[in-house]
Amino acid sequence: MPILSVNKLSKSFGGLMAVSNVSMELEQGELVGLIGPNGAGKTTVFNLLTGMYQPTSGIITLYRDQKEEQIQGLKPYTICKKGIARTFQNIRLFRDLTVLDNVRIAMNKNVKYGLLSSFFHSRSYSDEEKEMLDNSIHLLEILKLDHKKDELAKNLPYGEQRQLEIIRALATNPCILLLDEPAAGMNPAETAQLTEMIGWIRENFKLTILLIEHDMSLVMKICERIYVLDYGMVIAEGTPAEIKSNKRVIEAYLGEEM
Amino acid sequence: MERFLQQIINGISLGSIYALIALGYTMVYGIIKLINFAHGDVYMIGAYVGYFCMTTLKLGFFPSLLISMIVCALLGVTIEKVAYKPLRNATRIAVLITAIGVSLVIEYGTMFFVKPDPRSYPLLTGFMAKSYHLGNLVFSSHQILIISITIVLMILLQFIVKKTRIGKAMRAVSLDRDAAQLMGISVDRTISFTFLVGSALAGAAGILVGIYYNSINPLMGVMPGLRAFVAAVFGGIGLIPGAMIGGYFIGLVEVMVSGYGNSMYRDAVVFAILIIILIVKPSGLLGKETREKV
Amino acid sequence: MVKNIVNASGNSKWLSLAGKWITLLLTLVIVQVLISANIINDYIFSTLVTIGVNIILAVSLNLITGFTGQFSLGHAGFMSIGAYTCAIITLRYSTVFGFVGGVIAGAVFAAIVGFFVGLPTLRLKGDYLAIATIGMAEIIKILFRNVLEDITNGAAGLSEIPQFNNWIWLFVFTAGTVILISNFIKSSHGRACISIREDEIAAEAMGISSTKYKVIAFVTGAFFAGIAGALYSSYFYYISPDLFGFQKSIDILVIVVLGGMGSISGSIISAILLALISTYLQSFPELKMIIYGVLLVVIMQFRPQGIMGSKELSLSLLKKWTEGIKGRNGGAA
Repeated sequence: MPILSVNKLSKSFGGLMAVSNVSMELEQGELVGLIGPNGAGKTTVFNLLTGMYQPTSGIITLYRDQKEEQIQGLKPYTICKKGIARTFQNIRLFRDLTVLDNVRIAMNKNVKYGLLSSFFHSRSYSDEEKEMLDNSIHLLEILKLDHKKDELAKNLPYGEQRQLEIIRALATNPCILLLDEPAAGMNPAETAQLTEMIGWIRENFKLTILLIEHDMSLVMKICERIYVLDYGMVIAEGTPAEIKSNKRVIEAYLGEEM
Repeated sequence: MERFLQQIINGISLGSIYALIALGYTMVYGIIKLINFAHGDVYMIGAYVGYFCMTTLKLGFFPSLLISMIVCALLGVTIEKVAYKPLRNATRIAVLITAIGVSLVIEYGTMFFVKPDPRSYPLLTGFMAKSYHLGNLVFSSHQILIISITIVLMILLQFIVKKTRIGKAMRAVSLDRDAAQLMGISVDRTISFTFLVGSALAGAAGILVGIYYNSINPLMGVMPGLRAFVAAVFGGIGLIPGAMIGGYFIGLVEVMVSGYGNSMYRDAVVFAILIIILIVKPSGLLGKETREKV
Repeated sequence: MVKNIVNASGNSKWLSLAGKWITLLLTLVIVQVLISANIINDYIFSTLVTIGVNIILAVSLNLITGFTGQFSLGHAGFMSIGAYTCAIITLRYSTVFGFVGGVIAGAVFAAIVGFFVGLPTLRLKGDYLAIATIGMAEIIKILFRNVLEDITNGAAGLSEIPQFNNWIWLFVFTAGTVILISNFIKSSHGRACISIREDEIAAEAMGISSTKYKVIAFVTGAFFAGIAGALYSSYFYYISPDLFGFQKSIDILVIVVLGGMGSISGSIISAILLALISTYLQSFPELKMIIYGVLLVVIMQFRPQGIMGSKELSLSLLKKWTEGIKGRNGGAA
C-alpha cells in the first residue's frame, strides 16, 4: 500500500529545470534512499515535498487514514501537520534555545489550548504543558539526549546537533520522515551510530523514511529501495544490488566514488 | 491643463531633490544592505552649511554648493567609519538601530547648536532670482537651477559608476562582497567611497531644498528623508536608475496631492504607495525578486 | 526518582508564585501609603506614570520585536489609537466606567488596526517591515490630524481630558501586562513566536504557521500599546497627534534595545532607568535625545544584547551573579 506517490513532479528556476518529471512511490513502512551526484536536485525534491517550493507542475498524493489527498503547493506548516517531517542538510536548529525547547516547539501543532489559556495559564494550559513536557523528555530519553535537555542547541557537538534535528522532526509525530544527508560531516563511528538509530526509529515509530545521503555504505546497508537522480531526472530505481550494477548510474557517478 | 502642466514643472523640480537624496539611500543599501537613517540628516547638515556659507561667510551660491557637498561627503565618511564599520559582521537589525542612533545624534546635536527654530533661507540674486514666462506657465530660475544641477550631478554619478575604476569596484562589491574581496578590491575603501558620493549628493540636495522651501530646521531631514527613501524603494532599492525614477515619481505625487487635494495628505499618500509597493512588488519597479535558499 | 524531582520543582514553583503575588501586593500598598502621606508628590508620581506607561509599551514591543523578531518602528501609532479612544470616551462619559471602558475600547481598537495592518505587512522581512510600520504609524497620525478632525480636534489636539488614572489603575494595568505577556511567552504559542525569530523556515517545517503567530504577536502588542496610550491620556490631560510620531516609536525602541531584546525584566529595568534620565534632563530635551542616540550606537557596538540579553532576572540568576560566576550559560532563559 503506498503512503506517498509523486507523479511527474517538475520545478524550474527561471529557465533551469532543477527537477523534471520525477515520479516515485513510497510504500508504507519502507526505507527508501534518494541518491545522485551533487546538484542533481535531491534537496529540491525535498523542498517540493515539504512545500518550501511550489512545484511548476506535477502531483504529490498522500495516503493517510484511508484517505488520499493531493498536497502539492500547500504551505510547509500544513504539510507538516499532515504528517511529513524533515531535517535540513545545513542544520537549522533553533540555535539559541534549549534542546528541550527545540523539541517542544515541534509539538506545537498538537496544542489544543487557546490564546486566552496561554495568557492566563488556565487548567488546560497546565495539563497540556505538563503532558508536552513529559512527552518531550520521554522522546529525548529513548533517543538518549535527555542528559542535554537544558543545553542550548548551538552548544551541542556536531553529531548531537544532527541527532537533535531528527528528534525534533520526530516530535511533530510524522508518518513520513525525510532525512536530508543526516550523516554529512560525521566520522565513521558516528555514522555507524546514526545508521543504527535510523533503523531503530523506523522499527519503533512505524515510519516511512526517505533518505538523501552521500555515504554509499550507509545507503546500501539500510535502504530497501533506491531512486537515483541526475540532472533533475530519475535515471534508475531498484534494490541496492540492482543500483550497484546499473550502467546509467555508474556513468552518472563516473569519477565519483560509488 | 495649464495648471496641470505647471504642477508637473513644480513636481519635477521637487522630484529632482528627492532623486538626489534617494540616490544616497540606494547606493548605501546596494553596497551594505543598510537603510541609512542618518542620510536624511546629512542632507539637513548640507542645508545648514549652505546657509552659513551664504549668510555668515557671504559666499555666492556655487561656492556654497561646493562647500556643503564637501562637508557632507566628509560627514558621511566619518559616520561610516565611526558607527557602521565596527558592525560589518553584526546583524542587519543591529546596524539599523545604530543608524537610528546616529540620526538622533545629528538631529539633536544640530538643534543644540543652532536652536530648533526654523531659519529662512537667503534669497538668490541676479539672474538666479528671475522667472520666465511661457504662455501662462511660469519657470522660476530656482526651478531651472534645481533641475539643471540635478541633471549635471546625475550625469557625473553615471560617469563615476560606469566608467571609473572605483565605480566598477562599487558595482562589484554590491554584487558579491566576498568575491570582490578575493579579486583584490578593498571593500572598506569602496564602502567609504560610496558614502562619500552619496553624502555629497545629499549635501547638494540640502542646499537646493533650502532654496525650494525657503526655510530650514534641524528636523527637516526626517520626513523628506523618509519620502526619498520611499522613492528609492519604489524604483527598486539598490538600483541607481530606480532611485532617479522613484525620486521624480514621489515629487510629482506630492505636488499633485498638494495641488489638487490637501497638502496635509501628501505623506499619507506617499506612505500608502510605499506599503502597496512593499506588498505587491517589494523589489520595486526595476528590481528582480530574490528568495532565500533553503 | 523522576517523579520526586517534578514534585519538588512543583513545590518551589508554588512558593515562588506566592512570593511574586505578595511582592506585588506589598508594592501596591506601600506606594499607595506613600502617596497618601504625600511623600510621593505629584511630580514624582508623574514620573511613575511615565514609567508604567513605558513599561507597558516596551514589554509589548518586546513581544513583537524581541521575541518574535519582527522589527516594528510604528508602535507609537497603536499607542495613539488607545490614547484617542479613551480620551474621546471619557470626555463624553466622565465616570470611572467610562475610563475602564475607554481603556478596553482603546486596546481593542488598537488590536483591530494591528490585525489589518499586520496581515499584509508582516510578510515583509527585517528593514522592509520597519519602513512599512513607520508608514503605518504616519498614516494613523494623519488620520487623527486631518481625516477625523471633527472628533480629534486636529493638530491642536484634545485637552482637559478627565484624569481617572491613579496609582491603583496604573499598577494593575502595568503589572497585568507584564504578567500576561510573560505567561504568553512561557506557553506553547509563545515558544512558537520565538521559533520564528530563531529560524522562520525551520519553524514552518515544524508545523508552525509563521503568518499566524506573527499576526498574533503584532495584535497582542498593539492591544497592550493601546492600553498604554489610554493610561497616558487619562493622566496627562492633553494629547495631540504629534506626541505619537516617529520620535515616540524610537523612544520605545530604545527602551527595548537597552534592556535586551527578548528580556521582559530587561525592558522593565531600562524603562525605569530611562525615565529617571529623562526626568533629570527635562529642561534639556535636546540633550536627552542626543544621549538616546549615543546610547543606541554604543550599545550596538559594545553590548548588542542590551542589559539583560535574552535572560530574565530571577533568583537563580542573582545567585550566580553574587557568587561571581559569569552567567554565560545559566539563568532561566
